[in-house]
Amino acid sequence: MKNWNTVVGAVGIAGAALGIWGGLVYAPGDTKMGDLARILYVHVPVAWVAMILLTVAFVSSILWLTKREWRWDYLQEAAMEVGVVMGILLTVQGSIWAKPTWNTWWAWDPRLTSVAVMVLTFVGILALRAFVDEPVKRATWSATASVIGWINVPFVYLCVKWMRSLHQTQTPWGTMAPEMLQVLLFNTFVVSILCTWMVTVRYGIAAGERAKEMAE
Amino acid sequence: MNSILAECAAVTRKELVHLWRARSRMVATGTFALATLLLFSFAGGLDEDALRRNAAGYLWLGLLLASTLALGESFRVETEHNAIEMLLLLPVRPAALFYGKAIGNLVVLVIVGLVMVPFTVVLFDAAPKESVLKLGASIFLGAAAIAAPGTMHAALAARARSRDVLLPLLLFPLVVPCVIASVQATQLCIGGDAMGQFGAWLTVVAAFCVVHWSLGGLLFDRVVED
Amino acid sequence: MNGPAILAIDVGRRFVGRWALRGIELTIPEGATVLLHGANGSGKTTLLRVLASALSATTGSVSIFGKPAIEARADVALLSHADGHYDELSGWDNLDLAVRLGSGKGDVDATLARVGLGNRGRDAVRGYSAGMRKRLAFARVLLKAPKVAMFDEPYAALDPAGHDFVDGLFAELKAAGSTVLVSTHQVARVAAFSDMAVRLHEGRVAAPEAVS
Repeated sequence: MKNWNTVVGAVGIAGAALGIWGGLVYAPGDTKMGDLARILYVHVPVAWVAMILLTVAFVSSILWLTKREWRWDYLQEAAMEVGVVMGILLTVQGSIWAKPTWNTWWAWDPRLTSVAVMVLTFVGILALRAFVDEPVKRATWSATASVIGWINVPFVYLCVKWMRSLHQTQTPWGTMAPEMLQVLLFNTFVVSILCTWMVTVRYGIAAGERAKEMAE
Repeated sequence: MNSILAECAAVTRKELVHLWRARSRMVATGTFALATLLLFSFAGGLDEDALRRNAAGYLWLGLLLASTLALGESFRVETEHNAIEMLLLLPVRPAALFYGKAIGNLVVLVIVGLVMVPFTVVLFDAAPKESVLKLGASIFLGAAAIAAPGTMHAALAARARSRDVLLPLLLFPLVVPCVIASVQATQLCIGGDAMGQFGAWLTVVAAFCVVHWSLGGLLFDRVVED
Repeated sequence: MNGPAILAIDVGRRFVGRWALRGIELTIPEGATVLLHGANGSGKTTLLRVLASALSATTGSVSIFGKPAIEARADVALLSHADGHYDELSGWDNLDLAVRLGSGKGDVDATLARVGLGNRGRDAVRGYSAGMRKRLAFARVLLKAPKVAMFDEPYAALDPAGHDFVDGLFAELKAAGSTVLVSTHQVARVAAFSDMAVRLHEGRVAAPEAVS
């Protein structure tokens, strides 16, 4: 298991190196935005995994609440923590993108703003986990809060969107150069591998911590 | 076994009697909300146009800040002598307990919100251009949208460490949509609703209420049972 | 009604880093009065709270008259260390709430008079002494008229007249057929009228023995 995991990590890191080359060298710049568009090669994959991870945390929360098996609590903790890190990364990237594009660090774009609010929601739940000592309560309470927080996300998005919309509409896939699409898909795959690796490691840590808490 | 409605009514009744007996606490919470209104005027640089334009935002921020005090207090009295456990063992259904307490918190927030209205009008020269009924509806629904997730998360925070910081940390990101929509609705009442958008924003708040009042009833037992 | 008043099978309860109870096996027949004793920290309070379903059991199960404890709450009363009063409400309001949420029966004024709070019933609980708070907690148990009544340190904070009052209450519950569990350090006092004694030691039953 441990060896297998190391292999996944090594594949992920090697893939990331290849992905960086792909994004910076192999793929062409965008016809309109030039090299600026290259941030998409990390931005889109990170957005993808952040959503997936927080959804995994939501699903494992429901499974903990219904089945009461400890592995769902480990998975929730692991996925939520890696998901929050990815969310923070996503927010920072969005801000970096906004500065040259709209000449401001924070453009109140609905997607970026709702990601920031979502990250804050789950940071609060991580704080809740830190402030509750009893393992069962910690698992149950954070699962409850995660369910509510996740269901709340569409509201955040819609409200910010209706209040103000600046973000360019989603790029239609058909108009992209084939190299761009290749790199985008490859990087999405690589970042997914890296996150799977991180979640697995974090899951192991969570299981170890709980075993220590449960020990005589 | 009582019906869930009867249980809910009894808990609500207790909340209201308690509010009345401890009314000095509510006066203090209202005063806190008014003090924040005054501070926002200074933060806004006393620019009259800007103040009028943002009046609804200040009202809702003041109410949201005051709500953390009211919500925290609402569960302090439950945990102080473990009365909440006494209720559960009577037994009271957790859902009835949730709705009773959430209605109690809603009443506090509506009262504080309505008290804030005349002060908002005077301080920011923000006399409503639309009917006062509409304004009242926006305050009522917005308060309901804070009360449900507020009650839920106050129950969580009350029994964790560092509860004072935990409640706003959990609650504020959740109520972002309700703050956005309520501010828009209230501001349309104040500044005039030429485009007829009031109803749309109020619908958003109402949908938010439906989701969070349902989730609260469904999940409260997980939070309060030991 | 089927099964004994209280049946605990392999009950354990874990707190952070330690087991407060382990492997508790207990059968208490209907109508018995049971003395629960043991050193500080031996698990008496936790046991009562688990039996009354105020705490869930980490392992094992508790049934009351054959039903899971959590479904039998209406038949059980627990007098615990934290008295469950609302300070800002009057004694009368506190009891009235319990009546409204409980059976809906019971005479609040008469019960207040019985526990010796007849003339202070309309005052806020905030102004009560520790002994008066305890008496109010007893009043809530009386109003519930439970089939199973559990008391955690019932004599604490009471004056000598209060001690006699508590003894009278136990006798009355017993006469009414209730099953009574008393956790106390006043071993001799309670043993005198108990049918059974359970001694806890470090979270385990040290000796369930008959007291004649």
